[in-house]
Amino acid sequence: MQGFIYPNEFELHWSLLIVLYPYLTGLVAGAFILASLERVFNVKEVQPTYRLALLTALAFLIVAPLPLQAHLGHPERSYEIFLTPNSRSAMAMFGFVYAWYLAVVLLLEVWFDYRRDLVGWYQSAKGPKRWFYYALTLGATDLSEKSLKFDDSAGRWITVLGIPSAFLLHGYVGFIFGSVKANPWWSSVLMPVVFLLSAIVSGIALVLVLYMVTTMARGKPVNMPCLDRLAQFLFYAIVIDLSLEILDFIHRLYESEESIEILSQLIEGRLFLSLIVLQLLLGTLVPFVVLGLTTHSFRPKPLIQVPEELRRMLFLLSAILVQIGIFSMRFNVVIGGQLFSKSLRGLTVYKVEFLGIEGLASTIFLLLLPLFILWLLVKILPPWGEEPWNQKPSEVAAIQG
Amino acid sequence: MSLIPSDCRECPPGSVEPEGVDRRDFVKKMAAACAAGVPVVLGVVGVPGVNGQTVDGERYDPTMHYYGMGVDPAKCIGCGRCVNACKTENDVPRTEGAFNTWVERYVIRNDGEVIVDSPDGGMEGFPELADEAGIRKSFFVPKLCNHCANPPCVQVCPVGATFITQDGVVLVDDDYCIGCRYCIQACPYGARWFKEEKRVAAKCTFCYHRIVKGLVPACVEACPTQARIFGEVEGRATPLARFIRFNEIDVLKPALNTRPKVYYANLDGEVR
Repeated sequence: MQGFIYPNEFELHWSLLIVLYPYLTGLVAGAFILASLERVFNVKEVQPTYRLALLTALAFLIVAPLPLQAHLGHPERSYEIFLTPNSRSAMAMFGFVYAWYLAVVLLLEVWFDYRRDLVGWYQSAKGPKRWFYYALTLGATDLSEKSLKFDDSAGRWITVLGIPSAFLLHGYVGFIFGSVKANPWWSSVLMPVVFLLSAIVSGIALVLVLYMVTTMARGKPVNMPCLDRLAQFLFYAIVIDLSLEILDFIHRLYESEESIEILSQLIEGRLFLSLIVLQLLLGTLVPFVVLGLTTHSFRPKPLIQVPEELRRMLFLLSAILVQIGIFSMRFNVVIGGQLFSKSLRGLTVYKVEFLGIEGLASTIFLLLLPLFILWLLVKILPPWGEEPWNQKPSEVAAIQG
Repeated sequence: MSLIPSDCRECPPGSVEPEGVDRRDFVKKMAAACAAGVPVVLGVVGVPGVNGQTVDGERYDPTMHYYGMGVDPAKCIGCGRCVNACKTENDVPRTEGAFNTWVERYVIRNDGEVIVDSPDGGMEGFPELADEAGIRKSFFVPKLCNHCANPPCVQVCPVGATFITQDGVVLVDDDYCIGCRYCIQACPYGARWFKEEKRVAAKCTFCYHRIVKGLVPACVEACPTQARIFGEVEGRATPLARFIRFNEIDVLKPALNTRPKVYYANLDGEVR
């Protein structure tokens, strides 16, 4: 403790679990927006990541409410948010935004996109597996050209609907913090936008990592044009995200409101490692420079020509650094916003506990859980498009040949 | 709502009854009611607090009241009796980070430096000041929930577990709160805390269980210098209305538009 804090500010009320919440939802929104690049904006290069991105979004969305639930004083009462929501409360809308996103956007899109495959798996499998896939088709086994066309256009329209939904999902998370007028570190109209952009950054980076890892694990060659394109989009997203963060910073500094002194102390002291070193230097500037130099972001040719092998490593490294940076950003918002007193006269300390519901161990568990769910989803719904019915006749011939 | 008492055990012993009630009569009724111990009987004999009745035996009508508090920092001596009384009256744990009310001490030095402290919320008083010659002025400021007319804590509660009563008091329904702590984050005054025992948000209630009986909050009653004045905000001749009329009044953090109903007399600009 340093200076004066209100006696009730002795403890932090939102801990690592609440850091996880915007981090996980951000990955969902980001991964979905990446998927929509292929579907709606016809960026054909990133096609190999389309389904992986969808499943990633789904896996992380399933886990996203868990840290919130675990954090509640009375988890058994959480259903009240649906039954008697306070219409004036930003947080009350979470359940609805979440349900909309899960049920209407993600599940529907996955279903339409996979229906052809589900039918294929159903027809080719035997025993319980056959019935499992039949259940997943919901009985819609019609594979006529007309119905496949309908799948495609339905999927496209859901994606079109999904883009504003993804914006809503994560912009809304930003609003939960940005609308707290009592807290000058949170209260900013830019907060939802910054959250959204950082979500896109983290989502693209995650899919890039997952794509590389899964491809290597399957012993397949990495599709380099796809990777180059992903890295390029990652770079663009970082540029916009960084610009917004700098704008926010300059705006605060220039307005120099009464909170500026305590916030400066916060940044120079308590948040130095997580904000200046991890978020800004390692998580943003290093990837910014690396990707800026090695991707096709400015001209048809990159500023520095790097051999493929090295480029892959650099992209992977940048994407991992971006993850660290974005996680730090969520930490700096959630925890940073509680490290200074609302009397603006002092700073408090955050002690991370290891065990316990709000501890480091459960945070790590909740970070790994979506990866496990993703593994399951990939087992059930292989996203690689390698089934015989997905191959063009010439490719089938080549495989058989 | 469990705040409105349903049996006589909730009437705090030793509470001072308002004028017009005979003390002996009151004690007699209390004893009789406690001995009988049957709510029906209590209602008939008109024991305070039963069926929402005041100590005068009248039925309490929340629509006829609108409460606030006046605080005169110049009168506060930092004895901490209000904090103690509140902890006792409301079963507030005597641990760190659990205060419905607390007292802050401001020390403004000759060079303009401001030092604020509130050891244990001022519950046990304050340590002696060193270097008195270097001090321009020092004073105490009692703090509590401002029972805002536009409370951000009520706005953010996802399930509506915290609400404003008709008589202008901000309360939490313990049986409904999900414990998300958004309200604690939204309060600009640090007036809310988390009650580990019940896993819900907690705060000053203006001693709602007392005021519905016509009693004043415990902190007001315990204050030896009458630095706190509780009562009706509206009207012209009520004690609080007079306090507001005859003093220069400030509220805390007015720029946030929370419209606090705790009114400070001649407040120093350093107080946040």
